[in-house]
Amino acid sequence: MEYEAVIGLEVHAQLLTDSKIFCGCSTRFGAAPNANACPICLGMPGVLPVLNRKVVEFMMKMALATNCSINGQNVFARKNYFYPDLPKGYQISQYAQPPAEHGHIDIEINGDKKRIGITRIHMEEDAGKLVHDEVNPSSYVDVNRCGVPLIEIVSEPDLRSAEEAATYLRRLHEILVYLEICDGNMQEGSFRCDANVSIRPKGTEPFGTRAELKNMNSFRNVQRALEYEIKRQQYILEGGGQVIQETRLWDDSQGVTLSMRGKEEAHDYRYFPDPDLVPIEISDGWIEDVRKTLPELPLEKRERFIRDHGIPTYDAGVLTSNRALADYYEEAVRLCGKPKIVSNWVMGDLLRFLNEEKRDIRECILKPSDLAEMINLIENRTISGKIAKEVFEDMYRTGKAPRRIIDEKGLVQITDEEALKKTIGEIITANPAQLEQYRAGKEKVFGFFVGQVMKVTKGKANPALVNELLKKMLAG
Amino acid sequence: MELHQLTIHELQKKLRGGDTTSVDVVESVIRRIDAVEDRIHSYITLMKDSAREEARRADEEIRKGNARPLTGIPIAVKDLICTKGIRTTCGSKILSNFIPPYDATVVEKLRDAGAVFIGKTNMDEFAMGSSTETSHFGVTRNPWDLDRIPGGSSGGSATAVAADECIASLGSDTGGSIRQPAALCDVVGMKPTYGRVSRYGLVAFASSLDQIGPFTKDVEDCAILLNVISGYDPRESTSVQVEVPDFTSFLSEGIEGWTVGIPKEYFIEGIDPEVEAAVRKAIGVIEGLGARCVDVSLPHTEYCLAVYYIIAPAEASSNLARYDGVKYGYRSKDCRDLMEMYKRTRSEGFGMEVKRRIMLGTYALSSGYYDAYYKKASQVRALIKRDFDEAFQSCDVIMTPTSPTPAFRIGEKMDDPLQMYLSDIFTISTNLAGIPGVSVPCGYTAGGLPIGLQFLAAHFAEEKLIRIASAYEKHSKIEKRRPNL
Ligand SMILES: [Zn+2]
Repeated sequence: MEYEAVIGLEVHAQLLTDSKIFCGCSTRFGAAPNANACPICLGMPGVLPVLNRKVVEFMMKMALATNCSINGQNVFARKNYFYPDLPKGYQISQYAQPPAEHGHIDIEINGDKKRIGITRIHMEEDAGKLVHDEVNPSSYVDVNRCGVPLIEIVSEPDLRSAEEAATYLRRLHEILVYLEICDGNMQEGSFRCDANVSIRPKGTEPFGTRAELKNMNSFRNVQRALEYEIKRQQYILEGGGQVIQETRLWDDSQGVTLSMRGKEEAHDYRYFPDPDLVPIEISDGWIEDVRKTLPELPLEKRERFIRDHGIPTYDAGVLTSNRALADYYEEAVRLCGKPKIVSNWVMGDLLRFLNEEKRDIRECILKPSDLAEMINLIENRTISGKIAKEVFEDMYRTGKAPRRIIDEKGLVQITDEEALKKTIGEIITANPAQLEQYRAGKEKVFGFFVGQVMKVTKGKANPALVNELLKKMLAG
Repeated sequence: MELHQLTIHELQKKLRGGDTTSVDVVESVIRRIDAVEDRIHSYITLMKDSAREEARRADEEIRKGNARPLTGIPIAVKDLICTKGIRTTCGSKILSNFIPPYDATVVEKLRDAGAVFIGKTNMDEFAMGSSTETSHFGVTRNPWDLDRIPGGSSGGSATAVAADECIASLGSDTGGSIRQPAALCDVVGMKPTYGRVSRYGLVAFASSLDQIGPFTKDVEDCAILLNVISGYDPRESTSVQVEVPDFTSFLSEGIEGWTVGIPKEYFIEGIDPEVEAAVRKAIGVIEGLGARCVDVSLPHTEYCLAVYYIIAPAEASSNLARYDGVKYGYRSKDCRDLMEMYKRTRSEGFGMEVKRRIMLGTYALSSGYYDAYYKKASQVRALIKRDFDEAFQSCDVIMTPTSPTPAFRIGEKMDDPLQMYLSDIFTISTNLAGIPGVSVPCGYTAGGLPIGLQFLAAHFAEEKLIRIASAYEKHSKIEKRRPNL
């Protein structure tokens, strides 16, 4: 029997607000343990949460970017469970009446567009971290992360394969980073994903029993874990067994999912509206104000680059994968008007250098205006394409303007016909044997003469002019 | 009269007029505490040394002409209101070593008004009780009869005022915890409108019901203290941005032409005949002041107790989850693992009544029961609130007994939680509706026990309570007695 997978993803994204969701503490990652902590973070008796409005705005950005409808009134709820990294004994989250619902994003699978539903988006606070000392058996609590704002984005069970799930996840990630509301760092946990997965005989409607997968901290692991889990469930069903509802952890080193807890051990979170917080009122005016701040989203940008710049789909995909990179490309295009040439330089040399150094485009000292200038200098034959490679690398390393590099290194292309004629004449005179061969019909020797000219001119000779003059002069 | 027997407004005059000093007032109060405290046990923590120091500074301020409303006046605070650097226990073993690094907003406000802090008062553990018998630090006794309870949960705050161990105090009221002990101890106690006084720094029992309020020797002091502690607080999301009038300006306004509602549902079977008689007599006094007393109906009254005992424990079960031995407070020793630490810390740290309510609340919120209990209770709560909204369409204030009985004997209801819960039958609805209420003395039983009269008003209409309570206080012609200690 052929099976198909039914997958829904729950994504937790840490929001890039300066302060936490319910107190004024910093959200900065990497501070000393418990440096970003106050009585509210510590769940001390009597202190109370006050909502950071920025968090609501960030949530609204994601809601609008994923075509959700925003509820004018929504409430915070307490999710009750005991764990040492949860100082209050409950997490402030949202349950009934979520702020955003019924959205979708489009993904592309093998060239086909597919629409994936977003069930809901809600706000909540993050929990802290436990640090275990194995040598001297004890555990420590670091509450720095307590109260860092999160949004949870829950998809509909619309995903049918591990590949679709990974693609959806990448698109979601891209949107969050584009909106500049999440840094998207999966290793540091600012973008986390849990998956609900079940399988059913292809062509049937009812869902199978699902497993919840946790602990997948990269796109690759999400795909691997889902592939493994789908196979595992298939193996069970084909053997006549039954999948049980449980939570499973992905074990990266073994490449398997392992049972963490069964349905019976599942928590009863006893959600109820948090009496310490008043309902959040979101007016239409507020929604419109936030909508005005939305940037162009990756998919729209991609389509515009293909349509208006005439660059290939592949190029558009690479260039829009990162908002800063797309901005860089677009600025250079605006200044020189040569989209494909800019794309070639950005996707070629620039990304290669950045990748070699594992640097972000935002750290790049080569300005897009200088790249545009350099392209103009090639176009007007001030430098050759070959020289440009050298100029580009220098620009990348030093941040100097192309003009300055060309002047300092004397790289201006030789387009003076008389000067070149003189040089070529001397070379022909100095190489009578090769001249004879050429005239005897050995066309390959032409390349030797080009090489000699470039060597003498240190590559600065205009190649087209060299070709033209050589042909004439070798012919005699 | 000795200094510790005086009111805030009497002391204001004496201090500003140079007739006495704060140091003398504080010493007088300390002498009184030394004389009676071992019989009454109003306090968990006394702050004699810092009070003496604050009194010296207060006298300097008065000399410089910087007297504020409470400058130099010894005030006691219920031990679930956080005081920076001073142990705040909630009457519980689990917080017996907890020293907050912050002041509650009301404490800051008292400090800014010049108050001298004399001590932290005893209370039912986590404010769960009506008798101040469930405190980890022992029972508090009623100054009017040491064999009887003072009411609760703010019993210590009531007795400290009643026995002149302070000039005034703050308590908290979740279902009657200010008004009922005020009634049983013959003092004035007010629960302001939910949102009028900041809850920041008040250790939560039931967050949607809790409200801080004053215990005073008379209505004028109640208005003075209410002026100080009221106001919007950006640190508290449920605090409401409404204007705070000068409540003392209403003291002499009278109630001529008012309509006073008497809810028939509050004169139930089981109400003590002497209590009923005293309240009926008060109706005559109110009518004599030019008000008309009419019957009003609060039809959902019979559900108040049930609704309260779902909502309050539900919120409490969540609010008290933080006491787990991890971060502060009591932690059980030598536990092998986390689960054992949780279980033993909470089993050993909480008393019986607190555990009972945590279990009740946990059950009411459990999956499969939520709709039938918590959700239903929330719906009925809305109806109870509507009852009051409708009643206040046709009357200015509502008048009821504060407590169905005078103070009962220590131990009398400890084994019967349902009987205990009934002592708040007239006060609970106020908290469910979020409206303000005040209890004022209204006479004594033949056996010499105080009886309290309760006035209720619409949201943020505390000034009406001040007007009627003050008018009643002046004209009731009840001869003022003092407990014989
Ligand atoms: Zn904090």
